[in-house]
Amino acid sequence: MLRKGLAIAALGFALVGGSAFAAGTQEEPRTVAWSFNGPFGKFDRAQLQRGYKVYREVCSSCHAMHLMSFRNLGQKGGPFYDPEYPNPNNNPYVKAIAKDYQVDDIDSETGDVVKRPGVPADRFASPYPNEAATRASNGGALPPDMSTLSKAREGGPDYIYSLLTGYGEVPAGLEVPEGKHYNPYMPGDVSAFWKGKGHAPVGGLIAMTPPLAPDKVTFDDGTKSTVDQQARDVAAFLAWASEPKMEERKAFGVGAMAYLLILAGLLYVSYKRIWRNVAH
Amino acid sequence: MSGHSNYIPKTGIERWLDARLPVLRLAHDSMVDFPTPKNLNYWYTFGGILALCLGIQLVTGIVLAMHYVPHVDYAFASVERIMRDVNYGWLVRYMHANGASMFFIAVYAHMFRGLYYGSYKAPRELLWILGCVIYLLMMATAFMGYVLPWGQMSFHGAVVITNLFGALPVIGQSITTWLWGGFAVDNPTLNRFFSLHYLLPFMIAGVVILHIWALHVTGNNNPSGVEVQSKADTVPFHPYYTVKDGFAIALFMIMFATFVFFNPNALGDPVNYVPADPLVTPAHIVPEWYFLPFYAILRAVPDKLMGVLMMFGAIAVLFVLPWLDTSRVKSLRYRPTTRMYFFIFVVACLVLGFCGGRLPDDRVIPGLTTFTLLDADLNSMVWLSRIAAAYYFAYFLIILPVMGLTENPLSQPKSISEPVLSHSAALPVGAAASPEKRG
Repeated sequence: MLRKGLAIAALGFALVGGSAFAAGTQEEPRTVAWSFNGPFGKFDRAQLQRGYKVYREVCSSCHAMHLMSFRNLGQKGGPFYDPEYPNPNNNPYVKAIAKDYQVDDIDSETGDVVKRPGVPADRFASPYPNEAATRASNGGALPPDMSTLSKAREGGPDYIYSLLTGYGEVPAGLEVPEGKHYNPYMPGDVSAFWKGKGHAPVGGLIAMTPPLAPDKVTFDDGTKSTVDQQARDVAAFLAWASEPKMEERKAFGVGAMAYLLILAGLLYVSYKRIWRNVAH
Repeated sequence: MSGHSNYIPKTGIERWLDARLPVLRLAHDSMVDFPTPKNLNYWYTFGGILALCLGIQLVTGIVLAMHYVPHVDYAFASVERIMRDVNYGWLVRYMHANGASMFFIAVYAHMFRGLYYGSYKAPRELLWILGCVIYLLMMATAFMGYVLPWGQMSFHGAVVITNLFGALPVIGQSITTWLWGGFAVDNPTLNRFFSLHYLLPFMIAGVVILHIWALHVTGNNNPSGVEVQSKADTVPFHPYYTVKDGFAIALFMIMFATFVFFNPNALGDPVNYVPADPLVTPAHIVPEWYFLPFYAILRAVPDKLMGVLMMFGAIAVLFVLPWLDTSRVKSLRYRPTTRMYFFIFVVACLVLGFCGGRLPDDRVIPGLTTFTLLDADLNSMVWLSRIAAAYYFAYFLIILPVMGLTENPLSQPKSISEPVLSHSAALPVGAAASPEKRG
């Protein structure tokens, strides 16, 4: 018991230590009851498809996702997975998506740089050729690559959802500089821009203009396109993109846990039986 | 390994082998027939758990090295490729990353157990010191392993830690340049860290062999701290402790699996999923949880060089512990006053860990501003870590030496069997000898 107590206490401290950095400077993200929460959670396929559409029509004009390929969309667990096409490169939906993009290539005959339609093996197209071009087009700011965004932020999809829906009225007394926006969920410090009374509000300044608007994206499944819905869906899509093997991992984990519990039970019974006659 | 061997080769092949290279005899004497005190509790299962942890880290690490690219431009993407495109790569990597944390949980439990039951005292001083060497190697290995994914915390953690050596007078700057392989943390640093991260675990395995060898010369300590007197005090390692360790290992694996499968990133910092950028410093640079107590000691001292010396001193003091504790009584069971100081010591370590994860100026009690003495805000993490760090050193340098001379210990049992046999549920002596024939 003591042993377990100590281990749990150590973990507890680790977790407290870990979450401690988040506290203080920004609003705690609102928790969403994601379909993929918990040990049996799975991604909602329709939500991933809607989320992909939000990414493609809104986010991708500034944010790259350089670790993602079109084929990922059709792999097991992906938004467009079809059991008929276990190899996502054959998935007609994925092929059609890829074909919409023109990709740089080298003509193998002449060595010239040419454009060709994309194939599922190609990476998601990046909006800018390099970092300098990205910054030049975004007032010096660098929109982060979104491949791992969901696991690279404290709060994960909750944070992304909260940030996207968190733009609101700027507190009176806060002088937001040109090209910046106030968001209570953004980590940062706005005290330098605070002219009001008392403490400066929590939150930070973000260069991204509020990206979502009602009906900005039309959902093919008829879901009402509110800002809240778009934010939820794109956050779910980014959670999937960060951890595309999450469903496989959890399913494997359930089996592993069942195995370990049975093993522990058998070992306990053996232990009791072997030690039965030893006074200790 | 020591004393008389009871191994009897049964088959022709075993006899042939035994006359030439008695490895089976070695295995039999150290893992089957090895006489082990019969009163070991669950705290004594962490040795076996640690052996498993090392095995898991070695196997998963070797597989990861097949896919990892040690280059500043590709390291981050290659780790993500392992997570996305390598078959079961996510499993291997999450086992390796969480395995490091599990390794440290087990090693801390193992060390606190040694401290509590006086396992470092004569004749086990070398056994303890070898353990400290393993711990030191583990810290170096874990630190360098954390740098390999080349995320933001990898890079900036490496900058902070390697810069510590720059605090040493005269030679400091040369040492840092030598460690870096250049004038900043860059590709040569990553390359050598990868090389050393692959080397050190095998050195750990080597020292583990020495550690087990030393253990098998002196035999196990036990919760009573009284040495084994006769055969009545012991049971053969197999099946008694193979099954008990096995059960504890299964429980430990359940905890391990909970992290790997259902919360694999809980123990890591999210910032390390942002690729390293030397030009952008993260808001808070913090090490992994298992280094936090030492990080707190480092930051508790205003002077950089003194802070570095204190941090290393906190580990160095463990090496001389066998000669700091002056008491001849091993187990704290029979030293009630020292036991109380021990529990405060455990709390001090946890407090240091807590402080290490916070900013030095964070308030301990939020909203309270009155605890100011001259220019020092006593209600701050840095002052809390100062108090805890002072206790950490005082425990080893003052409390243990003095208590050994002044404390009046409780009377110890004459042998391991004595308290067992006076227990109401006691069974006849010798019942332990061969239970497999009774079951």
